[in-house]
Amino acid sequence: MAKILTVDDSKTMREMVAFTLESAGHEVAQAEDGVEALSIAKGQSFDLVITDINMPNMDGLTLIPELRALPAFKFAPILVLTTESAADKKTVAKEAGATGWIVKPFKPEDLLATIKKVLG
Amino acid sequence: MNQEQSAVTESIIGNSDGTSQYLTFMLNDEEYGFDILRVQEIKGWDSATPIPNTPEYIKGVINLRGTIVPIIDLRKRFVLEEIPYGTTTVVIVVRVEAEDRERIMGVVVDAVSDVYNIADAEQKPPPDFGGGVSVEFVKGLSTVDEKLVILLDIDRLLNAEELKAVDAATN
Amino acid sequence: MALDLDQFKQTFFEESAEGLDIMEDGLLNLQPGSPDIDLVNDIFRAAHSMKGAAGNFGFNHVVDFTHALETLLDEMRAGSRNVTEDTVSLLLQSVDCLREMLSVLQEGTDPDESRSVELLQQIHALLENSGDTPATEAVAAEVPAAEVTGWKILFVPNPDLLRTGNDPARLFRVLKDLGTLTVQVSTEQLPSLDQLVPEDCYLSWSLTLLGNVAEEQIREVFEWVEDDCEIEISPLESAAPVQSEVSEQPQRSGTDRRTGGDRRESGGSKEATSIRVGTDKIDSLVNMVGELVITQSMLSQVGRGFDMDRLDALQNGLVQLERNSRELQDAVMRIRMLPINMVFSRFPRLVRDMSQTLGKDIELVVSGEQTELDKTVLEKIGDPLVHLVRNSLDHGIEAPDDRIESGKPPRGTIRLQAAHEGGKIVIQISDDGAGLPVNKILAKARERGLVEPDQTLSKEEVLDLIFQPGFSTADVVTDVSGRGVGMDVVRRNIKALSGMIDVESEEGVGTTFTIRLPLTVAIMDGQLVRVGTETYVLPLVSIVESIQIENQRLNVIASSQQVYTLRNEYIPIVRLHDLFGQKPDSNDLDKQLLVVVEGEGKKAGLVVDELLAQQQVVIKSLETNYMAIEGLSGATILGDGTVAVILDVTGIVHLSSSDLGAPTDLQPTDPQPTDLDHAA
Repeated sequence: MAKILTVDDSKTMREMVAFTLESAGHEVAQAEDGVEALSIAKGQSFDLVITDINMPNMDGLTLIPELRALPAFKFAPILVLTTESAADKKTVAKEAGATGWIVKPFKPEDLLATIKKVLG
Repeated sequence: MNQEQSAVTESIIGNSDGTSQYLTFMLNDEEYGFDILRVQEIKGWDSATPIPNTPEYIKGVINLRGTIVPIIDLRKRFVLEEIPYGTTTVVIVVRVEAEDRERIMGVVVDAVSDVYNIADAEQKPPPDFGGGVSVEFVKGLSTVDEKLVILLDIDRLLNAEELKAVDAATN
Repeated sequence: MALDLDQFKQTFFEESAEGLDIMEDGLLNLQPGSPDIDLVNDIFRAAHSMKGAAGNFGFNHVVDFTHALETLLDEMRAGSRNVTEDTVSLLLQSVDCLREMLSVLQEGTDPDESRSVELLQQIHALLENSGDTPATEAVAAEVPAAEVTGWKILFVPNPDLLRTGNDPARLFRVLKDLGTLTVQVSTEQLPSLDQLVPEDCYLSWSLTLLGNVAEEQIREVFEWVEDDCEIEISPLESAAPVQSEVSEQPQRSGTDRRTGGDRRESGGSKEATSIRVGTDKIDSLVNMVGELVITQSMLSQVGRGFDMDRLDALQNGLVQLERNSRELQDAVMRIRMLPINMVFSRFPRLVRDMSQTLGKDIELVVSGEQTELDKTVLEKIGDPLVHLVRNSLDHGIEAPDDRIESGKPPRGTIRLQAAHEGGKIVIQISDDGAGLPVNKILAKARERGLVEPDQTLSKEEVLDLIFQPGFSTADVVTDVSGRGVGMDVVRRNIKALSGMIDVESEEGVGTTFTIRLPLTVAIMDGQLVRVGTETYVLPLVSIVESIQIENQRLNVIASSQQVYTLRNEYIPIVRLHDLFGQKPDSNDLDKQLLVVVEGEGKKAGLVVDELLAQQQVVIKSLETNYMAIEGLSGATILGDGTVAVILDVTGIVHLSSSDLGAPTDLQPTDPQPTDLDHAA
């Protein structure tokens, strides 16, 4: 099962994502902003990162290139979790190096189906 | 827990036959007794933190598993001659009921003595002591093995009037 | 497998409540005209988070509402919308409305949507006004799904596809779940080994997917890589016409989710409350547990093959264990302690709104908001405080014109302060308003038969009458506080917390309510000092400074009171040694230290032998098993298990100055002691 890092400043969101993933047997680490995510990511590798975009201290769009600069995350799938269904956020996220996106609100089953696209 | 403990004790020794159990201790070569149901524990004397502006018989306070408990020196309380604390000096921790609530306090005595069953009927009312221990603290007298035991009224050791008197004395 | 995320509703409600507090706080601090962008960002983020999570529970009203707020806030932070008083007011109302919506959702009661609908209209009107209409989310055009027997897919990724974290093999695996997949790889573009960049992707694929699959479903699989590849999707030859079944499916599931959400909402009940604890507190707990584990292992080592030679080790271990458990106990208690700010924080808003309603100009001054008190007390003190502040707003502070007429500044002041004092937490609500009308109160009390006609009462007794049931001092029952809740209820609530409330008032000058609440547990930052052989604790907050005593600054006034000259102030000296019957290290004052403290506005210099550590102490009551002692606010247990008493600075100052007029009234301009005689 995969080791996944979820980054969101909303505790509710973070815990819902973590719960969903853990129910599918994944191991989940949580971070509440980009800074924390980065410091966690520096010590270990993850099979997948799911990050919110709008966060204090360091937002998702800054986090992604920072992660990509780390050898362990060069090819790792990084998904953004976004409420903005507007296309520009997705494009911006892609440009920042995101693998793809998940739209909030999500259904647990959909989330699990979606991440199959990037997990082995 | 204390209540539980005392409840258990009560059920063991019972009160139905009209006897009560007393823990006795020595003070100035006389034997005194506390109702054992009021005794929570006995511990060796250790230092106490003095509390300013309190009567002299308050030795101070100690830490009894996280609560602050005052310590009364019974010799000083009874205005008896002071002696240095020795190896037998102990603190009897008792529950005192005053002003509608319960307090825990420690009483420093010379030594613990024994535990006696004393029939209520055998208790005699306290006579008027000339000097010595003020009659107000005495609940009754009894004779065990031809020795006199003075049974004390714990609640009077620090009752409402005492508190007020203390208040007045310090102000 | 159906995963139920409902268990996170409680987290959502709690987090949203915090978010709303952040929004409200931010809005109250927002300067119209020149807003702080960081602040707007904070507010935006709070709304945004709420919207994100609300959607998951099917709280669609909340989503719509926060979405509108978000749009408005987004314009504000982008600078395309001015921040006006009106906008801020509208946003504040929206915060209230959201709070209501959430509490309705939480309790499962029927929502009254009229307010939210109206506010939403106002927000939309505002948004349209600037011509900056919120981007209405394009409803995805219903793509007619074809029932097909299969698709042919040509997938030519760009070389850098892998660097986005996408892996073709995984995409194919997802496709395989949709139908029967055949994959053909083309290695045409593969360069020779010396030119090969190992991180690039040179392969392309041609896929055949057999089965009843909609093109949309395939596009979805490749959604993330659309821009990083060339992709061609074409139906296999025998594509058949459409049947509607497939296209209806997603819509229906959408409806299901909504109704499901509604059902769950109504079933929601009040759940166990939780407490937010600072990580530092948790860290210290973890450290203590760590120590406990070490002690335990040490003890079990001693216990294995014990002999009397190791008695010392056993005793040490037990002492250690006792210390560990005690510290752990204290730390756990500390978790329950929260700053009173959690209650105070609602007042800026209350004062702002009510002064607007009442047409008054009122400033709120809050102090001591970091004073910690037990969570239970904190939760129950809110309502009485609100009532008292409303009272001050409504009946205390006069209208600006009336104030000018009575020679006061037009702007009134309400002070809200909290402090630890004398082993209690003291909360004061004071205003510089009209004061309580003593004669009117007395007349009314007589009228009601609360006071006999010939009975004479002191001023204090008269003022105390306002706490009688059914007694209201307001001549007119105004909209604001005349809601049947009287001061008697306030007093009852405070008594239920074993507290006391008193009132002092001066007609034309103002009113002060003082609430004293006991602290079964309270934490305080303490300065440990040594006086003779004893250690005492001084509340850190009451210490102004500590200085080495210089003899030439010592003076005697009124023939007995020693004072210390410090920057044009004469500070009465309190010899703690005398007060506590301790022997000083030296009889020369200049070999000792002077701790200058302040209590209730009065300063005093306490003579001590040594300053020891500063540390947080748990205040324990002396009253539990003994009684209150003047000059002491309680006791605490130090790290070595001994008891140290905590000095009550106000009481000490009082104790030592009771025989000397009012030493701090001395405000000499010239620090020469000869000038003091008239003052003393």
